[in-house]
Formats: sequence, C-alpha cells, structure tokens
Amino acid sequence: MLAVLGLSSEEALVSYLSAAVRFDGKLDLENGKSEYEIVDYFKARAARNANGYASFLGAGVYNHYRPVLCDVVVSRGEFLTSYTPYQAEISQGTLTTIFEFQTMVCQLTGMDVANASMYDGSSAVPEGAMMAARVTRRDKILVARSVHPEYREVLTTYLKHGGLPVSEVGYSPNGLLDLDDLTKRLDDSVAALIVQTPNFFGLLEQIDELAHIVHSKGALLVVAFTEAVALGLIEPPREADIVVGELQSFATPPSYGGPYAGIIASKDKFVRQLPGRLVGETTDSEGRRAFCLTLATREQHIRREKATSNICTNQALIALMATVYMTVYGKEGMRELAQQNLSKAHYLASKLPRKFDAPFFNEFVATTNGKSAGEINRELLEHNIVGGLPLDRHYPELSGCVLLCATEMSKRADMDRIAAVWDGK
Amino acid sequence: MIKKVSPHIVQNEPLIFERSSPGKRGYQLPELDVPNVDAEAALGRQNVRGEIEDFPEISEVEAIRHFTRLSTWNYAIDLGLYPLGSCTMKYNPRVNELVARIDGLAWAHPYQPEHLSQGCMEVIAALENALAVITGMDAVTLQPAAGAHGEFTGLLMIRALQEHRGNPRKKILVPDSAHGTNPATASMVGYAVENIESNDRGMVDMDRLSRHVTEDVAGLMITNPNTVGVFEQDIKRITGLLHEKGALVYMDGANMNALVGVARPSDFGIDVMHLNLHKTFSTPHGGGGPGSGAVAVRDILKPFLPGPRLKRESDRWTWDYDLPQSIGRVRSFYGNFGVLVRALAYIMAHGGDGLRRATLDALLNANYIRKKLEAHYEIAYQSPTMHECVFSDDRQARKGVRTGDIAKRLIDYGFHPYTVSFPLIVRGALMIEPTETESKRELDLFADAMISIAQEVEDNPELVLQAPHSTRTSRVDEVTAARKPILRWKSSVRSAQAAD
Repeated sequence: MLAVLGLSSEEALVSYLSAAVRFDGKLDLENGKSEYEIVDYFKARAARNANGYASFLGAGVYNHYRPVLCDVVVSRGEFLTSYTPYQAEISQGTLTTIFEFQTMVCQLTGMDVANASMYDGSSAVPEGAMMAARVTRRDKILVARSVHPEYREVLTTYLKHGGLPVSEVGYSPNGLLDLDDLTKRLDDSVAALIVQTPNFFGLLEQIDELAHIVHSKGALLVVAFTEAVALGLIEPPREADIVVGELQSFATPPSYGGPYAGIIASKDKFVRQLPGRLVGETTDSEGRRAFCLTLATREQHIRREKATSNICTNQALIALMATVYMTVYGKEGMRELAQQNLSKAHYLASKLPRKFDAPFFNEFVATTNGKSAGEINRELLEHNIVGGLPLDRHYPELSGCVLLCATEMSKRADMDRIAAVWDGK
Repeated sequence: MIKKVSPHIVQNEPLIFERSSPGKRGYQLPELDVPNVDAEAALGRQNVRGEIEDFPEISEVEAIRHFTRLSTWNYAIDLGLYPLGSCTMKYNPRVNELVARIDGLAWAHPYQPEHLSQGCMEVIAALENALAVITGMDAVTLQPAAGAHGEFTGLLMIRALQEHRGNPRKKILVPDSAHGTNPATASMVGYAVENIESNDRGMVDMDRLSRHVTEDVAGLMITNPNTVGVFEQDIKRITGLLHEKGALVYMDGANMNALVGVARPSDFGIDVMHLNLHKTFSTPHGGGGPGSGAVAVRDILKPFLPGPRLKRESDRWTWDYDLPQSIGRVRSFYGNFGVLVRALAYIMAHGGDGLRRATLDALLNANYIRKKLEAHYEIAYQSPTMHECVFSDDRQARKGVRTGDIAKRLIDYGFHPYTVSFPLIVRGALMIEPTETESKRELDLFADAMISIAQEVEDNPELVLQAPHSTRTSRVDEVTAARKPILRWKSSVRSAQAAD
C-alpha cells in the first residue's frame, strides 16, 4: 500500500505536519496488554466494589432481574456494530425495533408519540421543559421538589442560559406536591410544571388533579418517571402533555450510573416540537412496508442553530434492550412484575416507620427514630446488606430519613434482617 | 463485477404486535415469598391501570426469532467495511463487552458507599488520566453522554469562564464545514452563531476569520482535522488570534482518530474539546448509541468542570461535591460508565505505541482509498488527506447521478455507503473514512466497487439511479414518511403490508 502511495514509511503520512503541531514524543501510557491481562485487570477492579451484597438502594436506579434474551439480542453484531440507521435499505432491523420501541413507550405512558430515546432520564427533563416552552411560547418552568434531585440539577444546568427561569414547588407533609405552593407560583407566564410519579420518595402524585390545575392556566404538564416498572400497574399519566423518563429498570444493570436510556413522549399535536430522532412507517419503491428516520427538519443536522435540540447520538442499543425486555415480559408479565415489586416493598414498609403516608409503589421513606442513618447502614453492611439512601444530602430537612427500595429481587430474609436492625435487635 | 456478496434468502417478519396472541408468555417470575398485596387497596382504585392495551404476548422462542430475523436486515461492522466519514466505524473488540458485564462493575449502584465503589472509581480515574495524556490537556470529565452533550458541556464552561472574567460575550464562531451539532449547541448555551466560510483548500480562511474575531466573540468551535479530512495548517495562528482577543477555542474531537499519538490538541492551542469514545476509542455504536462525550480542558477551565469530581484522599477515591465554580451537572450520576469501561479496555489493549500505530494505519487506509479513486471521482480539495477523504459527485452529476445514488448502488456491492452530502461545503459530497480496521483486501474490494459504479454511471446510469437492486427493501419513500408521519403501530390501523 505504501508503494502505491509512493511512500517509504507510514511516518511519511504525517511528515507534512509542522514540527510545531506534531507530537513526536511517546504517549505516557503502559504497553499494550493481552486479552487475558485486560480481563484480569477489570476483574480485580470489580473485586474492589461491593460483591455479594443484597441492595435496597433505588433512588433512580433499580435492581431488576435481566432476562437472558436481552443480552443475547444486543450482543448480535448486526445490532451492536451498526451505525445510526441513515441508510434505510440496509438498516431495517434497527429501524423496525425503534418503531416497536416508540410504540411500546406510547402504550406504557398513555402518550401518542415517542422518540427513539434520549441520553437518560435526567437530560430528558430539560428537553421536556424546553419543548413546553416552545409549544406555549412562555418561559417560566416550575419543578416539584419531589423530582429526583440530580434531575433537577441537570434541569438547572441546561436552562441557565436559555432564558427559562426555574422555580421549585415544595411538597406537603404527606410527601406529595404542595398544591397551595403550586397555586401561588402558577401564573400566565408558566410554560410547564414538571412533576415525577412515583416521585423521588416513591409516592404516587395525583396527575389528573395537577393536569387540571396546570391546564387551567394554559401551562403544560410534564410528567417524569424513574421507575418504569411501576407503569405495569399504575395508571399512566394520560392527562400529561409530555412524559419524560428513564428506562434503566428495563434490562439495564445499574452499571455505576450508565449507560441508560431516557424517553420523551407527548400528545400528537406537539410532535413537531419533539427533540431527537423519530422513526416512521412508509413503503419502499415496490409498495412493501418499510421504516425510515423521519421529520428530520426538527434536527441539528438539517436545522443547525434552529434545531429543537442538539442531540444526535442517543441510546439506541439500550432502547433495544428495553424493547426485548418489554417483549419478554409482555402484557401479563409487566403487570405481574409490578405486582411483585409492590408486594415486596409493602412487606418491608410494614415493618418500618414511614415518613409519608401517601400511596407508594416500590420505594418509601423510613424514619430512623433517633439512630443515625449512617449507623443503621453500617450495621446492615455487616450483614451483607446495602441499605437505603440517607436523604440528608439532598433534603437537609429529612435528615434521619432513608429512602428504601425493594424489587422482585429482594428476599424476605434480608427484609426481616433490615427490620431487626431498625428495631435495634 | 460484484465480488463481495451474493443474494440469499432473508426471513420475513411482522411487527411484534402482529405476532402477538392472547395468553402467550415468555417469562417466569419466582414465587412470591411475601404476601401478595391488593393493588387497589394499596394504591387507590384510580391509581391502578387496566391491562396495557396491545402490548405484546409472545413466547420466548418467538421473541428470539423475531429479533434475530430483524437483525439480519442490518448491515454492520461485523460484516465488513463501514466507511461513514466522521463516524469512525472501527472494529469493536468483544473482550470490551465481556469486561463491561463483570458483575462487580455491572451491578455497582451509583449510590453504594464509596468504600464499596473503589473499583469503579479507579476505572474512571484511569480513563481520565489516559485521555489527558492523549490530548495533552490538564483535566477530563467523563460525565457527558455523547459528542453533542460534550459540546454543550464545553461551551457552558467557556461561558462560565467568560462570565467570571466579567463578560459572557455574545457570539460563537463556527466554520461552515462544521457538524450541525456545533451551531445547535452554541444556541442552547445562549450564543449567536456566526459562520466562517472555508477557503479553496477546505480550511478556515485566516483573513475572513480575523474579520470576525472581535471582543464580542466568546469562542470558536473548530473540528481538526476538519470534516473534509484536512488538518488545519494554520491552527496555531487561529488559536493565537482567538486568544489575543480573549476568546477560547473549542475543538470538536469527532476526528480524533487522525491524531491520537501523532498530535496533541494542547500543543496547538485548544482550550477545551470533546472526544467521542464511541468513535475513536471503539465502543460500539449500537445502531445510534450509547456513546460518551468525554471533555478535556486546559487548567484555566478546570474550576468550571461539571461535578462531582474524583478526589484522592489518603489511600482512596472520593467524590468531591464542593465545587463552587462548577457549571453544575449535565447528567445524573457519573456518565455512561459501561462505555467508559470499554474505552479503557481499548486503550489498554493498544498501549501508547499501539494507539499511534492505529492512527497511522487509519491515515494509510484513507490515503490509499483516495489514490485508488482519484482517477474516477473528483477529489474535493487537493490538500493532504488524513483519516478520511472527501470527493464530490461533479463528474457523475453530468449523467444525472448524484452522491445519494452512488451510495445506494454501493449497497448492491455489499458495502455500507460513505457519508452522503456532508460536509455541506462540498457539492454532492462523498465522505469516506475506512479506519485502521480494514485490510488491503477489503479496501481493494471497496475501491473496485466504487470504480465499477463510476463505469456504470457512464454506461448505464439508470442502473445506479434505481439502486439498490438486491436488498430486501428497495428505495424507501422518505417523502411520504415525513408528509404523513406514522410514528407508532396501532391495532385499529392494520397495515396492508403486514406480512406473516
């Protein structure tokens, strides 16, 4: 090949770069490693993490069993090693699964239309807020304090320079959004209220009532979720205008925070304001059903600075994993799975003092009755149990409170152990 | 002649919803070891949904056949050359998939105690360090989830520094050859975008640029090598010019596969840049994600990095949340950790020398393709080629055949097309990036295919205009898809084409 190019060595390919910009040194990295050494290195790192613990952490990231089929499908090179399906004729596999994904997200959330995925739940929240601002041509965003604290932080970062001031609506003593505070803050300049259900404390917000209040002022309701499994059992937010959320629960392991897949869905009438990629059904030149990326005039590669978002790469493979997960569980399984989560969490909660009395799904806030949350969690670790999340860092007023989560993977014996530690036994 | 492929039987498959039949199931949950809770009693009747209408009901074997059949309708790197320019479609080593799935890493919860997360934190620290070494920059954040997300993070930091200096300024300069994400990002951060026209060598024009650089300019976003695969020869003068006026320079690192081990952005004056770990560092594209858009910065921007930051405290790692000047979070938790594991594994496998060799191989492959095709396609610019080469369809357009048609015909030859019609500054662009992955044999097959198509354009343009001829799906009607959007399946609207 060098001969074809009339070169004596590969170095000649960079010799035209001036010495001032060329790097002739040696990168200060170790020598290349064999496959065996690489596996060994990461096994050693994994051994330095928690191993063999039962975990009762939730707070936006959930431990759910992953059906084997999910990894089988996403490990196929045809899905794993393909690019964004711009060339429809040789990307029908990916395009069809995205179309199925969009459909399932709609069925699950009660919305009309959903995109091909967002980075994660946290970044989907500001995308939903900006979308609401475009639809209403208003600029103020209200967000419930019971929305995941890190989601709210991301919202603040995103909107800082977009001319969309954010203010927070507090929660009542029962842990649900404070309606009085909402009424006080809701005026004609509000584009949207963002509320999460089940909320960060695991509690079910009253979506219909909130929708009614918000709509009466001409604002939109953006509903967020972090625990997608809940949607197998709880009434979807049909009265919302935009739904954003996180699908980590559907087949993605916690993986120290990512990669996950976010979703954004809405009512039909807002489709042209949706950010990100959309797949649509059409036909090929012989009239057969086919799918392709569509409505691209919303997107950055066409609209550049006037695009609805700068998002390009999303989380396609994770969305595929979620699609396989939803397929495997199906209509009946999604419900049974949710029902098991509900039962486990309620079993655990029945043995601990709860902070809030509103209905909850698979997470709840427990009070520690004088003991420090740290003390309890240290004691649980001795029994190979990772306890819940102490809430003091994100909610100073809830110091001494712990957010616990139980899923279908939680075992009764571990829950009994938690109760015993709580009671000082 | 078509050498690489032969047509073969492909399975048809309906949508999963059309395969569904009541009562079928593909799962088995364990028996409950606690009392079953009555949902309506626990949640309130109004909070409990009925069945999820039209959700699939499928057996396990039907599910695996469904997805396997669909997978065969895709082209993939595992099947051959995938020369999408600016996308760096290189081989994705499978050991990286294996290590990302090791239980202790995959099941690490982001909120588990720090002393039980040291392994994850070490991985993050090791990758931050490696990327700092490769770019020559002073600090790295791994929080952004993709390239555009990295751009957003970088521009927020530029804005924060300018504000800290007393004036956020008003504009971001973007060369007209830039990826669409650049202007879209600048506008999300509240900046006006000013486009800089490229010169006839495909590079940023110094004279034009200097007219745009004023005290109103917060920064320049530049891709280097740029989207025509050319190294910006004046890059040091460009960054110097911006710095003189108090502006910063952001580098879109989408094309970093041309530079690893060969040039460090810090050496030519870049202040902040992103790296697409799903391009340069081989993490799989997965049909459009997940990616990771690591951002590397010079010292002056370090205080503004998103938090939390890793900090070494005596003998262990801890997360530092006390960052008063930080731009805040751009994503929950610590980024796409699973992608970071894969990228680190790739860097470890290569080592410093191996990374440099990979870069040189990528340059060699691109130059080889250019040499083989130059006689048949119009090269867009005479400047030296780095990791990708860009042609225009000028010669073929005379016969009414455009870059998009040539791309479709390439499919019949068994290849994924190159990037079509981008960059926008080249009329009818064919943007080809072979990467270091490809052997001479695959490159020759590709070049032969391209040359054969050029001949077909002369002899029988209709053949090319109607392509592809051998795929399961022929040319797709994208116009109708956009005019009458059908974005989800509905049981009430059974498609006439629903095959079974």
